[in-house]
Amino acid sequence: MRLHIKGGRVVDPASARDAVGDVYAADGKIAEEFSRADRVIDAKGLVVAPGFIDLSARLREPGYEYKATLESEMDAAVAGGVTSLACPPDTDPPLDEPGLVDMLRRRAKALSRARVYPLGALTVKLRGEALTEMAELGEAGCVAFSQGNVPLRDTQLLWHALQYAATFGYPVWLRAEDAWLAKDGVSHDGEVATRLGLAGIPSFAETIALGAILELVRATRARVHVCRLSTAGAVEMMRHAKQEGLPVSCDVAIHHLHLCDMDLGYFDSHCRLEPPLRSQRDRDALARGLAEGAVDCLCSDHTPVDEDGKHLPFAEAEPGATGLELLLPLALKWGAAHKLPLAVTLARMTSDPARILGVATGRIVTGAPADLAIFDPGAAVRVTAESLKSQGKNTPFLGYELAGRVRYTVVAGNVVYEG
Amino acid sequence: MKLPEAEQLCAQLVGELKARIGPQTAMIGLYTGGAWLAERLHAMLRLPEPLGLMDIAFYRDDYHARGLHHDPKRTKIPFDISGRDLLLVDDVLYTGRTVRAAMNELFDYGRPASISLVVLADRGGRQLPICAQHCGARVEVPSGMRLRLKRDAGDRLTLALEPERAA
Amino acid sequence: MQRNPQLNANGELQHLLSIEGLPREVLVQILDTAESFVGVTEREVKKVPLLRGKSVFNLFFEPSTRTRTTFEIAAKRLSADVINLNIALSSQTKGESLLDTVANLSAMQADIFVVRHNSSGAPYLIARNVKPHEHVVNAGDGRHAHPTQGLLDLYTIRHYKNEFTRLTVAIVGDILHSRVARSLIHGLTTLGAPEVRVIGPQTLLPSGVEALGVRVFHDMRAGLKDCDVIVMLRLQNERMDGTLLPSAQEFFKHYGLTGAKLSLAKPDAIVMHPGPMNRGVEIDSTVADGPHAVILPQVTFGIAVRMAVMSIVAGN
Repeated sequence: MRLHIKGGRVVDPASARDAVGDVYAADGKIAEEFSRADRVIDAKGLVVAPGFIDLSARLREPGYEYKATLESEMDAAVAGGVTSLACPPDTDPPLDEPGLVDMLRRRAKALSRARVYPLGALTVKLRGEALTEMAELGEAGCVAFSQGNVPLRDTQLLWHALQYAATFGYPVWLRAEDAWLAKDGVSHDGEVATRLGLAGIPSFAETIALGAILELVRATRARVHVCRLSTAGAVEMMRHAKQEGLPVSCDVAIHHLHLCDMDLGYFDSHCRLEPPLRSQRDRDALARGLAEGAVDCLCSDHTPVDEDGKHLPFAEAEPGATGLELLLPLALKWGAAHKLPLAVTLARMTSDPARILGVATGRIVTGAPADLAIFDPGAAVRVTAESLKSQGKNTPFLGYELAGRVRYTVVAGNVVYEG
Repeated sequence: MKLPEAEQLCAQLVGELKARIGPQTAMIGLYTGGAWLAERLHAMLRLPEPLGLMDIAFYRDDYHARGLHHDPKRTKIPFDISGRDLLLVDDVLYTGRTVRAAMNELFDYGRPASISLVVLADRGGRQLPICAQHCGARVEVPSGMRLRLKRDAGDRLTLALEPERAA
Repeated sequence: MQRNPQLNANGELQHLLSIEGLPREVLVQILDTAESFVGVTEREVKKVPLLRGKSVFNLFFEPSTRTRTTFEIAAKRLSADVINLNIALSSQTKGESLLDTVANLSAMQADIFVVRHNSSGAPYLIARNVKPHEHVVNAGDGRHAHPTQGLLDLYTIRHYKNEFTRLTVAIVGDILHSRVARSLIHGLTTLGAPEVRVIGPQTLLPSGVEALGVRVFHDMRAGLKDCDVIVMLRLQNERMDGTLLPSAQEFFKHYGLTGAKLSLAKPDAIVMHPGPMNRGVEIDSTVADGPHAVILPQVTFGIAVRMAVMSIVAGN
């Protein structure tokens, strides 16, 4: 369909464009100006940005359909302006077989909402004992390999996994967490955990593991993306690693940009997250690191959890928070707090994750896929269970009033969401 | 409206009570006003048995409505109740509920031979079949007001009217 | 963000979940009321009719005979009906959730839930989900709090030392895993104890413990110097498996209370222990049975304190 988006404030970080103007799309791609459009969208007062690229969203299929389904979560994605998302391999069964990956991609494609990029399992059944057939999985559509939140204790195997992935040029996405130091921990090891009597995961569980990962990158030259940073120390290490020229990148989840361990309050299980919410100092370092670019991008780490999973004492509750629909307002809140130009805020959700994912979307330039998020940056959003399209209503931001509402989402030139 | 002099009423009660002091007589005062009054009467009567003081907070009948909002004092009865002729002392007799609670508590300590109620003032308004064997004076209290016994720094007792505290 | 769930809209105690966050006045009210109840426990008829017709459900997800028994005695002395539920053996094994268990009991007209659970914060979850007339008393949750134990420890200290504002108190042993220690520390700092010390090896002290308002000592002799009150914590068997401590013997040598170490404290120092004691591990028998120990009176005070707590919350 021939689409004309008229009079919006077009912000494209990749081309440093930020001006009121028009955007045209035809045959699924951004096009030059044309006269007869099938549909005209009046974008006056709205921002027209590349569709958001979320590096971590759990769709809960296969295996966890009682928590959420592909349909509900894809609805949530486009309602949040997310046009591409990467999903972690920790499904049930894990994505370690080409057949499973293929099925997931077909199902997602048939729904015609956001583009889904599955991450393949790095080891069989994510058990950390044997490598998966990465080449086969790559051909089936996996863009990178990961362990999700499952620890890989055997550092020798990790070394070989990086060597093997590097052989085929596949990136490996890893969470930096030493399994032994994190054992049994449910919150950040510090004053709050001490007061609440919760078992803590010390900050050095992340930095020790990150040190090991960076050394292995030096040895193998594998491309590694470090997922969900949570400590000030890790931000510092990543800054140095990039200065050194190592092929590494990293992201932070939106929750860790805004919340810290104090927000646990009276044992709020909505704050039970992996990695845990750490100190104010860590939160501020992550927020600054993202502004400067030491942290490449942010993601939602969308993890729908059913009510039963959260209605438990803190340590027994299932970790995770719903986030696809909160990505935009929380990103804008972070950007405003750091007085960043809108283009920089949006870069962390578009051009930067596009670079890490290795895709051609995330930009508004003639010939690029026509994936767009058209939003009202000032519109009020009240976070309630009813307003969320995701089946997961588990968010620490319930009851919050935020700003930033998506009005139209376009994928491959088709309007897949209107709100 | 003029209230009677508390000190005068004390002297009057002492006159009445002198006649009925016996070998089994003992006195118990109810916190707080009744305790002050009992201390005075006990001293003036020169009773041989030490004075007992009682806090009825755990026996009140309005716990379910008001909860436990008292200034807790410890009930101390330094003698065996059983077989005693007790003089139960309170400052103002009104609905009779305080006395009912006091008697319930007393019977958890033992079985007295008799209980006589001694009050400085009776303001009427009884809701239970309770009466005082010895009473200083009848006092009319306007609605919305409370009658209270006060004790100053020099231990002087006076009766006073105060607005009723909101429930 | 959230109102303190222990206090109702009028600032009155409706649940007792933790000593932390309670205003000083509330702590003092509980201690003063407990004193009245000590008088009751000393007379022939040890009952008062306050909770007649009310039901107290003891929900012990973690087994305990001592604490459960004192709560039962306390409730019965308030004339309440007591039902004991050893959840570990019944519905939990059938997979019933914590909240479903509570909802079922609530349907049976409960007034007070006394809850012990091995997960920190469990009583808060219950308190958020009970009806307005139902009250929760925390009998110990994970490592977080054991408020009635903290209160009876405070009562004991007040009984022997009269007031808190000139005391040096030392708590010795496994602070890391101790809900008793956390509750007592909060109580002492709220009531104005100027010096609260924690004594133990680094492996048994939690991160950032100084933020609770305590001074840390690894050397027991230095830590006990001139103390007025010494509280010895129980060292559980699991802690002696070699990952945090090598052995009971080495622990006793450096952190056990002997007569010799006790002499470093003030001559009229008192020795407390929440019980049950491991003689020869944290405390020497001569000290446990000696004149400084007030361990048995702690038990009597415990009943009065629990009577005070239940009668205060049930009336709000």
